[in-house]
Order: sequence, then structure tokens, then C-alpha cells
Amino acid sequence: MDALTRKVLLAHETKPSTIVEKGKRIIRFYGVQILAALFVIYLVYAATTLGINPKRIAQGVSQGKEFIGRLFPPDFITRWEDIRHDMLESLEMAVLASILGIVLSLPLGLLGARNLMPPIITWPIRFFISFARAFNPIIIGIIFVKAVGFGPLAGILTLSVASIGFIGKLFIEAIEEISMKQVEAVRASGASFTSIIRYGVMPQVSARFIGFSMYQFDSNLRNSTTLGIVGAGGIGGTLFAAYQRFDYQIVSAIVLIIIALIITDEYVSERVRRIFQ
Amino acid sequence: MSNNLYSEWKHYSGPKRAMKTVFYAIVLAVALVSFRNVEIIPEFLADTPTQLADLFKRMWPLDLKFLVHYVFPAILETLHIATLGTVATLMLTFPLAILASRNIVPNTGIRYIMKSIFVSSRSVNSLIWALFYVAIFGPGSLAGVLAIMSRSIGFVGKLLSEAIEESSSKQIEAVVSVGASPLSVFLKGFWPQVRPSFISIALLRWDINIRETAVLGIVGAGGIGLLMESAIDTFHWPGVAAILLAIFAIVLLAEFLVTKLRKMVI
Repeated sequence: MDALTRKVLLAHETKPSTIVEKGKRIIRFYGVQILAALFVIYLVYAATTLGINPKRIAQGVSQGKEFIGRLFPPDFITRWEDIRHDMLESLEMAVLASILGIVLSLPLGLLGARNLMPPIITWPIRFFISFARAFNPIIIGIIFVKAVGFGPLAGILTLSVASIGFIGKLFIEAIEEISMKQVEAVRASGASFTSIIRYGVMPQVSARFIGFSMYQFDSNLRNSTTLGIVGAGGIGGTLFAAYQRFDYQIVSAIVLIIIALIITDEYVSERVRRIFQ
Repeated sequence: MSNNLYSEWKHYSGPKRAMKTVFYAIVLAVALVSFRNVEIIPEFLADTPTQLADLFKRMWPLDLKFLVHYVFPAILETLHIATLGTVATLMLTFPLAILASRNIVPNTGIRYIMKSIFVSSRSVNSLIWALFYVAIFGPGSLAGVLAIMSRSIGFVGKLLSEAIEESSSKQIEAVVSVGASPLSVFLKGFWPQVRPSFISIALLRWDINIRETAVLGIVGAGGIGLLMESAIDTFHWPGVAAILLAIFAIVLLAEFLVTKLRKMVI
């Protein structure tokens, strides 16, 4: 509310009689400003409890210069065999997990859609999907590493669960938005359940499903580069090992390769999306 | 395409169908190569369900004392880090996004610099950013806030500059035509059009940041991840279960809040 509106409104109001009315009026007129002030107070409080202050930042900045100096020049050669092997492993993990996740999301999405299935089936499916989505892949990765040991298997399972959480949700939403007229038309011709899905439901959602899948592959590729930090395979393992040995020149080389990989992937997936439009 | 009554209707044109087939073939080939190359031990795969069941059995019952005394403060810290990181991102990215918008800055050079900042920010996972900041500032929440900020700049910058570029030029020309200063042009011409997207982007990123902050502690950047790491290292599985429950609760709460706030503000 700007100053002029406030002035006009105030001129038309009768004088508030009680304290409660006065308070109500203050909230009505200055609500946004009060909220903003409270938010700023919260931010200052949060920064203070976390021990963030200008002195620490200044200290870090001077150390930062030295740190950045130690990142250069990037060293691609010393650990090249490890980097090459783990980078490929990251890529393989992303590919396999995306396919596994997509294949599993299809039936889960159909079972979770409330316009196709009764609540007794949709509820557990929807709960599982939101559970899979709630946790960061790193956390799921830790659990799988404890369950199946170090290596890419844990990473593939992790990323598959993450894919189900994301694609499953979007796929359910897409199916719930479809027009039921086509489904009824197919059903009226006496089609079996599979034919209803094949000719009534899938044509309406398949284009969007491809879009979700491409997006999920991008996301899986990004995550496959860090899962190694918790031992779930991929380039993250080599990166973290180099970091812990203070081999910062190797760290910077790996990060540069990751950036190149992600940019290439963004370019490719943009192209693929155009094919399916 | 033939007009035969019995021919199946096809959605895509001929060349596009061919490209799609090629794409599927490539995916299949890559998948097969990946499957052959990746080192999976079959015994471990077969053993997975038993191991998972065993793990979940050991998590039960939850450690409620641990939940109240340790998990709750750590969750609060996680929230603080995510919020501070998001606010810092918004303040820093706003001018950068303006510089990256074609309809405000016609200079391609500046725009490419901004875009490359956004791309490199997005390409590096927040966990890797956290590694850098822990090396510079030492372990703690400050590294977490900076990591969240560094990762979010690219995301917010890209979406925000796209929102600015999509705003209609009519409204802006109207404001310019009455001789408004550049600041007024931005505040009265662009801002009313960009505001809904800005709020959506901010809320969406806050929601994502809460999930990401939950793991930063694993590399020492503060929050609940640190507690989780130590609980796992000491095999305190009922405690791990309490942490997982708390993260699940906070993520659901954030999602609920974001939906409510978006409806309220937009």
C-alpha cells in the first residue's frame, strides 16, 4: 500500500476506539512493512546464531586468494586414468539409472493416478513417490552404500529412486490432467484394460513423458558426479580423495571436466527435445 | 501420407520419425555398453533386499531423545542456512539477471559474461561448492550459506533473466514515452510484470535449498548432515531414523508452505 492510498483510506475511517481496533488497523495498513521488518530481524538472528560475521568473511577472503592460487594450473595428467574411468562410470550410472527409473515410473504413474485407480491403490503409491522425492540423492546414497557396499551399484539404485520420485510425480499429474472423453470412447468400443491404457491414456501423455525423462537424465548426470563423495561410485570419489590429500590442482581439473560434461549434456538434451516437439 | 481409411494416423512427420528411431537406437546402444562396462557384483545386487530390510529393522524404534535434543537444533540450523543462502542469492543475482536480459542490456559481450557465470554456477553441484568453501572458510555454517548461494545464482539468474526478457514491451514503451528515468522504467515498467515470476522462483529455490542444505554437513558445511554423518559412523541407526524422519517432515512442511505462500502472494 503506498502512502497516498493510506492517506485516503485513513481520512475515511472513523477513529478507532479500542486498543484491539487500533492494532487491527496498524496491521491492515502496515502489514507488509511489519512482515519485512520481522524477516530482516530473523535474518540477523539467524546469521548471529550461525556465527557468521564480517570478521570471519574478511579472514576467508584473504585465504580465498591463496586457495584459488593453488587451484591453478589444473592437473589433468597425474590421475588421468582414474579420472577417465570414474567419469565414464558417472555417465554409465546416469544412463542405467535413468532407464531403470523411467521404466519403473511408468507403471507406478499409472497406478498412482486418481482418475484411473481407486484410493486404496493410489495412496501407498503416492506416499512412496513423495518419500522418494523428499530425500536428497546423497542421503539415499548413504543408505544404499550401507546396504549394498561401495561402488556404482549403490549409485544406480540411488539415482533410480530419485528418478521415480520425480518422474513418478510429474507423470501422475500429467495423467490426472488428461481428457477422460478419449478414455471413455476407447472403453465404449469394448477395449481391454491394456488397450485403454495404450490407446486412451498413453497418446495424451507420451510427449510430456519424454520431456520429463530428458530432464531427469540431466539431473541424474549432475548427481552422479557427487555421489562418489559418499562412496556410491563415479567421479565424486576421485574428486573427494584428491581434495582430502590437498591435491587442489587435480580437484580443479575434475571440476572443469564436470562443467564441460554438463554443458555438453545441456546442449544435447536441447537438441533431443527439439526432435520430440 | 496415404489417405487410406485403414492406415494408422501418425503424429510425427517422416524425417522426425527417422530421427526418433535413431535416437532410440543410440539410447539402447549406450545402455547396453553401460551395462557391460559398469562394475556390478551380482551377489551384492541379489543381496540388496535382505540388506535393506536388515537396515530398516535396526532403525526401529526411533531414538526420540536424540530427536529432541540433537536433531531439532540441527534442523533449525539447516533452515537458517537455506534461508540465508536464498536471500543472499536473490540480492546478488538480481542485478546480474538484469545485466543478462536482452531487452535491457543490448550489449552481447556483457550478456555472454553473465550467462557464462550462470552456467558455471549451475554446473557445479552444491556439495562441490561446499568443498571449496570449507577449504577457504573452514568447516561451519558460513561455508554452507556460500555454497547454497553459489549453486543458486545460476538457477535464479537464468529463470529471472528469462522472465525479464518475456515481459511485454508495450508497457515499457508507455513508461519510457512519458520521459521516465531508467529507475522508474524498471520499477513501473518491468517490475510489475516480473514480480510474480520473481516470487515463484524465490520460493521454488528456497524449497530446493532446504533439501540441498540437508546434506552439506557431510563435507563439514553445517546443518543436519553433520549429525547424520556422525550417527552413521557410530552405527546409531535409531538416531539416523530420527534424522530421516525430521528431514522428511521439514521437506513436506516447506512444500506446503511454498504452495500456501504462492497462492497468497500471487
